[in-house]
Amino acid sequence: MTATDSYQTPDGRTIGPNVMEMRNISLRFAGVKAIQDISFDIHEGEIRAIIGPNGAGKSSMLNVINGFYHPQEGEILYKGEVRKPMKPYEIAYQGIARTFQNIALFKGMSTLDNIMTGRLTHMKTGMLEQIIWSGRAEREEVENRAFVEHIIDFLEIQTIRKTPVGRLPYGLQKRVELGRALAAEPSLLLLDEPMAGMNVEEKEDMSRFILDVNDEFGTTIALIEHDMGVVMDIADRVVVMDYGKKIGDGTPSEVRNNQDVIDAYLGVSHD
Amino acid sequence: MAASKSEKSTFASIPELVAFNALNIPNSPAYREKEYGIWQSWSWSEAAEEIDSLALGFLTLGVAKGDYIAIIGRNRPHFYWSMIAAQSVGAIPVPVYQDAVAEELVYVLDHCGAKFVLAENQEQVDKVLEIKQGLKALEHIIFLDNRGMRKYDRANLHDFKDLQNKGRDSEKKFTKTLASRRKAIKSSDVCVMLYTSGTTGRPKGVILSNHNIIKTSEASSSFDKLNANDNVLAYLPMAWVGDFIFSIGQACWTGFCVSCPENTETMQQDLKEIGPTYFFAPPRYFEGLLTNVMIRMEDASAVKQFLFSYFMDHAQKIGGNLLDGHSVSVIDKLKYAIGQLFIYGPLRNTLGLSNVRVGYTAGEAIGPEIFDFYRSIGINLKQLYGQTEASVYITQQPDGQVRSDTVGIASPGVELKISDSGEVFYRSPGTFVEYFKNPKSTKETKDAEGWVATGDAGFIEAETGHLRIIDRAKDVGKMEDGHLFAPKYVENKLKFFPNVLECVVFGAGRKFCTAFINIDLNAVGNWAERNNIAYSSYQELAGHKNVYEMIKDHINETNESLADDDMLSGCQIHRFVILHKELDADDGELTRTRKVRRRVIEDKFHDLINALYDGSSEVYTETEVTYEDGTKGAISATLAIADVTPVVQKGKAA
Repeated sequence: MTATDSYQTPDGRTIGPNVMEMRNISLRFAGVKAIQDISFDIHEGEIRAIIGPNGAGKSSMLNVINGFYHPQEGEILYKGEVRKPMKPYEIAYQGIARTFQNIALFKGMSTLDNIMTGRLTHMKTGMLEQIIWSGRAEREEVENRAFVEHIIDFLEIQTIRKTPVGRLPYGLQKRVELGRALAAEPSLLLLDEPMAGMNVEEKEDMSRFILDVNDEFGTTIALIEHDMGVVMDIADRVVVMDYGKKIGDGTPSEVRNNQDVIDAYLGVSHD
Repeated sequence: MAASKSEKSTFASIPELVAFNALNIPNSPAYREKEYGIWQSWSWSEAAEEIDSLALGFLTLGVAKGDYIAIIGRNRPHFYWSMIAAQSVGAIPVPVYQDAVAEELVYVLDHCGAKFVLAENQEQVDKVLEIKQGLKALEHIIFLDNRGMRKYDRANLHDFKDLQNKGRDSEKKFTKTLASRRKAIKSSDVCVMLYTSGTTGRPKGVILSNHNIIKTSEASSSFDKLNANDNVLAYLPMAWVGDFIFSIGQACWTGFCVSCPENTETMQQDLKEIGPTYFFAPPRYFEGLLTNVMIRMEDASAVKQFLFSYFMDHAQKIGGNLLDGHSVSVIDKLKYAIGQLFIYGPLRNTLGLSNVRVGYTAGEAIGPEIFDFYRSIGINLKQLYGQTEASVYITQQPDGQVRSDTVGIASPGVELKISDSGEVFYRSPGTFVEYFKNPKSTKETKDAEGWVATGDAGFIEAETGHLRIIDRAKDVGKMEDGHLFAPKYVENKLKFFPNVLECVVFGAGRKFCTAFINIDLNAVGNWAERNNIAYSSYQELAGHKNVYEMIKDHINETNESLADDDMLSGCQIHRFVILHKELDADDGELTRTRKVRRRVIEDKFHDLINALYDGSSEVYTETEVTYEDGTKGAISATLAIADVTPVVQKGKAA
C-alpha cells in the first residue's frame, strides 16, 4: 500500500487518502533521543493507534503531531503541505483537537461549561460584542449551546450536565474531555491514553464512543494506548514504538504476528 | 364548538379522543419531552399530525387489521403516538418491559406473534435481532434512535422519522384506508394487550378493550376531577397498565399533558422542573426519597436540623388534619403557615412535588410513617388498589378519607365481594376481556357473571366501607399448630424499617416462622459510615455482626407488634438470615415490578431454608447470578443464622 492510497477495512468502511504524513521525525531533549527517525501516515477516516511500552516515546509523538514539540529533524505533511512550526492555538484552528493523559479539565466548572470551551475556535464575536450581548453574540451562543447539547446527548452525560467536573468519577471526566475535544468539530482527533485507569466497563463504554465518533462524524482518530486488547479491537492500523524507534506498522493482525513486537512486549531471553 | 361530555362518552376509541382534543384544544400541550437540554413540546394538533403520519407509515409497511405491534423502550412521546397510530390502523399495541432479557422477550413476542417491533435504540434492536430466529411472525423493526446503526442491513429495519415521512408522502394513496380503518374501530375491539409480570409462571397477555380503557378513564378522571390543566410525568414502565391508563387513557380523555424525562437517571431533576399536578409512584419510591431526605438532614447544620425536627413534629400533629379538612386551631394554623414558609414548601419543591394535587401510591403496602410524612407536609398522597385485569382501579381513597392501613372504597362503577375463603372479588366496566390464547387461565380468574378473583385475601371494614388487604390469598396458610400464616403482612412490617430493603418470610406448615432479609445498602451503608464500620462489599456488610444485631432489634420490634395481634401472633420470627446478594429481577427472584416470587426463592435457596429449620448456626451456599448483559456467574458465601426469642403473647404468660 502506498502512502496516498485509499483502502477498504475488513468491516467494509472505505478509508480515504492520507491527511497527515510524518517523514523521518527525530526529536531530542538535550542528549536524550525521544524519537528516532520515525515515518508513518494517518489516513482520512481511520482509527490509527500508536502503542508501545512505557517510555517508548508515544506521548512525545502525539505532541509532535499536535505541534507542541518541534522535531529537530524530519517534516510533517498535513493535508499535503509541509507544516511549519506553529503555536498550539494555530493547530487548533487547523482542526486538530486532543485529550490528555492526565485529564486537563476546568475542575470547578460544570460539564456543560467545559464542553462549551471546546467551541472557542468557532466563536466569531469579540469580547465587546459578548459584553453588550448583541444579537449576533446571542445567536452564536444559542447555536453553540445546541451543538454542545448534541454532544452531551451523544456521550449520554445528560445527568451530569450541571455537575462541576471535579466531583465526577475518573471515567466520566475522561468522557467530558472527549466531549470538549469533539466540540471543536475536529477533522483529526488525538486521544492520549483514553482508557488509562479505567475499569472494564468504562473501557467498553469508551471504546464504543470512539467507534461511534469515527462512524457518525467520520472523524479521523489517532490514539495512544497501553491496553493492547483495546487497541487491537478498535484500531484500523497500528504503529508500534519501542525506545523511540518504530518497530512495527500495519493492521492489528500483522502487528500481532510481528516478531519484533512480540519481543518488545514479552521480552526476549538473552542466552 | 366543544362537544359536550355526553358526546365524548359515545366515543369508541382512543384515536377518536385524540381527534376530539385536536379539534377542541388544538394548542394545549399534549406531550413534552426533554431533549438536548430543553423541553420540546407537542400540542394536541401537532400530536394528531404525528400520529396520522405514523399510521400512514404503518399502512405503507402493510400493517393489517389485528396485527400485533410490540413496543420496547423507555417512556417517549413517540411511543405513545405509536400505540395510538397502531390502534388507528386496527392493529394492537403490545408494550413490553424494556429491561426484559432476551429470553423473556422471545416468549412475549412469540406468544403474541408480533409482526412489527418498535425499538428505542441500538441496544433494543440488537436484542430483537439476536432472538429473530425464533420469531417466525416478525417482519419489520422500527427504531427511534439511529445512533450506531449505520452499518445495519436496512431491508426490514426502518427509521421512525423516515417511516413518518414515507407516510406523509403517500397520504393521497392511503388516507381513505386510514379513515375507514379508524371508523371501523368498535368499542368492544382490543385497545391494548399488556403482559402481567406474573408472580408465578409465564407472563399472561391481558386483553383490554376500548370500552375497558375509556370507561375506566372517564370514571377515574371524574373521581379526582382531572382536567386539561393537569400534567403528569411519565416515567413508569410503558408495559405497566398504570402508565397506559395515566399517559394514554386519562390523558386523551381529559386532554392533560404528559411529560417524558430526558432519560431514566434524570427523572428526579425532570420531576422538579415539570412539577406534576397528578403523580403516581410505588411505595418503594416514596421510601427511597424519604431515606434520602433523612440522610441529607443528618449532614445539615444544627440550626437546620432543629428547624426541621421542630416543624416536622408540628406537621405530624396537624398536617394530615388540614389536608383532610378537619378543624384546626388558629395558633396551630399560624405555626403551620410559618413551617410552610421555611420547611414544607422548600422541601416539597426539592422533592419535585410542589404542585401535586392528586398523588397515588399502590402495588405494595406503604409504611404508616412514610405515608404520614408526605401527607403532613401537604402532599395529597392517597392509596389505591388495582391490577392489570381491572384496568387499574378496584378501590381508591377519596379526598378526606385517607388512611395508611386501607386501600379505600370501591372505585366508581366497581362492585366488590369477599368470598367465603376471604378472597377479594370484583366486577367493573374495566374488567379485562380475556387472557390471550389462554382460556384456561381466563376461566380460573373470571367467572361467567364477570366476577374476577384478585388472588388477594382481605376484608371490608363494616363502619367505613374501606377495603383492607391482608395478603396474597394463595400465600395465606396455616402453621403446624393451626395458627394463621400471612407472610406478606409480616414482610411489610419489616420493610417499614429503612434498613430492610426486602424480606421473605417462611412458615407455612412449620413449627415457627423464619425470614430472609435483604439490607438496604444506602441506609445501612450510611449507618456503617457513621458508626465507623469498614466494609468492602455488599456481602461483607450484610454479614457484619453489628448489622445482624441491628436487624435483630428490628425483628424484636416486629415480633412485639405481632404479639398484640390475636390473629397473627403465630407469625413471629424465630430465626433469620441476612442474604449475601440482593434479590433481583434478572435472577428471576423478583418480578419486573419488584414483587417477591416466593416459589422461585424457595427453590433456589432451599439449602438456606433447611438451615433455618435444622438449628445450624451457619451455612455455606453457592448462588448463580445473572449480570445485566445476560452472562451468568456464581457467588459463594458462608452465612450466619441468628436466633430471636419470640415475645410471649400478653395475657397468656404463665
